[in-house]
Amino acid sequence: MAEFWRRFRRNLGAVIGLAILALIGLTAILAPVLFPFSPWEMRGIPFMPPGEAGFLLGSDSLGRDVAAGIAHGTYVSLLVGGVSTAAALAIGITLGAVAGYAAGRVDDAIMRFTEFFQTIPSFVLAVVLVAIFTPSISSIVIAIAIVSWPPVTRVVRAEFLSLRSREFVQAAEVLGRSRIAIILTEILPNALSPIIVLSSLMVATAILLESALSFLGLGDPNLMSWGFMIGSGRSVIRLAWWMSVFPGIAIFLTVLALNLVGEGLNDALNPRLARRRGALPA
Amino acid sequence: MTDPRSPALGRRAVLAGAAAAPMLMTVDQARAQGVAPRRGGVLNTIITPEPPLLILGVNNQGPTLIVGGKIYQGLVKLSPRLEPLPELARSWSVSPDGRVYTFTLQDNITFHDGRPCTAEDVIFSVTKFHMEVNPRARAILERIEKAEAPDPKTVVFTLKAPFEPFLLIFDVTACAIVPKHLYDGTDYRNNPNNSTPIGTGPFRLAEWQRGNFIRLARHEQYWKPGQPYLDGIIYRVVPDSQSRALALQTGQVQMTQFNDIEPFDVPRFQAMPNLAVATDGWELFSPLSWIEINHRIKPLDDARFRRAMAHAVDRNFIAQRLWFGVGRPATSPIASTTRFHDPTARMPDFNPREAAAILDGMGLRPNADGVRASIKMMQLPYGEVWNRLSEYLRQALRQVGIAVELESTDVAGWVRRLANWEFETTINFVYQWGDPTLGVERTYVSSNIKKVAFTNTAGYVNAEVDRLFAQARDEPQAEKRRALFSEVQKKLVADVPLVWLMELAFPTIHEKRLRNVITTGTGVHASFDDVFFAS
Repeated sequence: MAEFWRRFRRNLGAVIGLAILALIGLTAILAPVLFPFSPWEMRGIPFMPPGEAGFLLGSDSLGRDVAAGIAHGTYVSLLVGGVSTAAALAIGITLGAVAGYAAGRVDDAIMRFTEFFQTIPSFVLAVVLVAIFTPSISSIVIAIAIVSWPPVTRVVRAEFLSLRSREFVQAAEVLGRSRIAIILTEILPNALSPIIVLSSLMVATAILLESALSFLGLGDPNLMSWGFMIGSGRSVIRLAWWMSVFPGIAIFLTVLALNLVGEGLNDALNPRLARRRGALPA
Repeated sequence: MTDPRSPALGRRAVLAGAAAAPMLMTVDQARAQGVAPRRGGVLNTIITPEPPLLILGVNNQGPTLIVGGKIYQGLVKLSPRLEPLPELARSWSVSPDGRVYTFTLQDNITFHDGRPCTAEDVIFSVTKFHMEVNPRARAILERIEKAEAPDPKTVVFTLKAPFEPFLLIFDVTACAIVPKHLYDGTDYRNNPNNSTPIGTGPFRLAEWQRGNFIRLARHEQYWKPGQPYLDGIIYRVVPDSQSRALALQTGQVQMTQFNDIEPFDVPRFQAMPNLAVATDGWELFSPLSWIEINHRIKPLDDARFRRAMAHAVDRNFIAQRLWFGVGRPATSPIASTTRFHDPTARMPDFNPREAAAILDGMGLRPNADGVRASIKMMQLPYGEVWNRLSEYLRQALRQVGIAVELESTDVAGWVRRLANWEFETTINFVYQWGDPTLGVERTYVSSNIKKVAFTNTAGYVNAEVDRLFAQARDEPQAEKRRALFSEVQKKLVADVPLVWLMELAFPTIHEKRLRNVITTGTGVHASFDDVFFAS
């Protein structure tokens, strides 16, 4: 673990990313303390510029506090990012592991099924799914999970294909261990590093997807999210630029931080790969 | 923020005088103001969305009515107070029993193809063409027992029973006069002439590049000598709202109307010295918005609960903050811009304390989160401002302890759920068509509880209201109808079957040198034969 942390630390960008992420996490936790009121509450004069009338980041078209919206929206964004990634990983790892371990016809069948999903543009599919299920937080999470599992399956399958012919797997097979035990205790732990790196990027993509859906008015109407804030500020951007700009910065920072952390995780978990790229001194 | 209504009110006051003496037309007013109408110039404006075709009656969408209103004309036009003024009919008389209407047509009315327009064309348009293609007109025209033309310039309609708002249907937006020689005996909806509308209006269709523009040119044989003043009108099709605002700002177009400019852009144009912003000219339509409430669901079936909801909503805030002063707060189920509005019948005012007291009285005590009751609200999927409205309503109702969960849908889903009564509350708005019998009654009478959108989908039942509306419908005397409608308004504001929100309006923004833009109760739908550019 100390070795992992030492390697992670060498990537300055990753450390900055982690710091930003920690700050964002803190904001999500502290939002009810910093802004102890609903982000939907109309607290003053509409269209106040940042810094005026007690609005740190200005007020929106109904006099709602933009800063409160961003703080409360952090929780929604992280929740959607986390839960939908977890769901996508569950689908992706299961299918990838079965395909990679079983090989043959099962592998063929699962991969054709995966390719079927990969040929559909993921955002269009997400829009259609949310529109069919009617927009709510659960339908958004499900839609994002459904469109983002195929890459996981492919990565996991590739790892399993290469690992299943190694000696330690063959040894376990000779010892008569069950297939499920082999998959879960022998192969999966060794395939974990690329999955972790991939999942950090998936969280970022999920946050972007949720924002894009909310921007198009397909968000949960009862939850304040960053994408919703940008969408509602877009039409009045000549009148109140701060309504769209600050939530946009929040999305930008979060996604950037997650990407930086992903990069750092990659360096820390695949030291040889990183060294070859010249990211770490030999 | 400046009040955009004050100039409009001024104009309305002027026109009230004009309506009392219809011979003093607006052109004379212009002369009185020292501005002589000037012939010439082409008006560039915008139409959103592009009409599918321009045959009035066959298509009755807003944009079709606006462009078609220049090409076609009705027997009468309507003043801002919705009194009929002469258009194709120079004069008319009504028999004492209210059953026989005799119209005398203007001299020298000529269709765009050069053929004269006679009483035969009028009878064909009324009893055949619109009877078949136009459901809204049909509901009223069915009351005609017989139509006769004693001479080419006289039309006599005899009704089965007196119907006081009968003349309202003869405006161009409901009953445009079409040429019999091109349509009689054909399939009206698929007539080959439908691509080239032929009417009697001051402008004829000159060119239509689909997706680009509709160009109208002066009808040289127009029956008013010397008119129209404009050489032509070009309606440009601009689908993007920000491009439309830019076109107006840069002077590429001299006028916008209807949905062209979003409410939040209106204050910006009000501040421009060369532009005038008018919100009148929608009196015939008078769209009224409200919270539609499903009375089949508890506690929404309780009038006290609905009263509390009405007390919780600040309609001034909605009008000023969401619609930027375009339109005004509703006070009763009959819009103040239509006939028979009773200003003394007022719905519950904004008073959250009273709302809380009523809910306390019902035994709905707040729980630990301050919630007394929870309801669902289906958002109206008509764009940004309607979403902001439901977000405001959720907060306003939450203030008095009513938790609102918003549900979002698409347009098709909204109409389906509204029609099938599958909602708790939603937002809705409906045109009032100038007379409560034509546009208000349908929302409240129990005989109109149907699984169809824009009927009494709330499921409101009140035998007294049913009786009053039925009496008012058949009553031939306007004053007696007024008394009946006053009574029904008082009943409705007490019962609060719906929480009325706003009398909607649409901004007409035009260069100040463009004169006589809005002179009637149908505003930009009028013929524009007296519109001119002052030099």
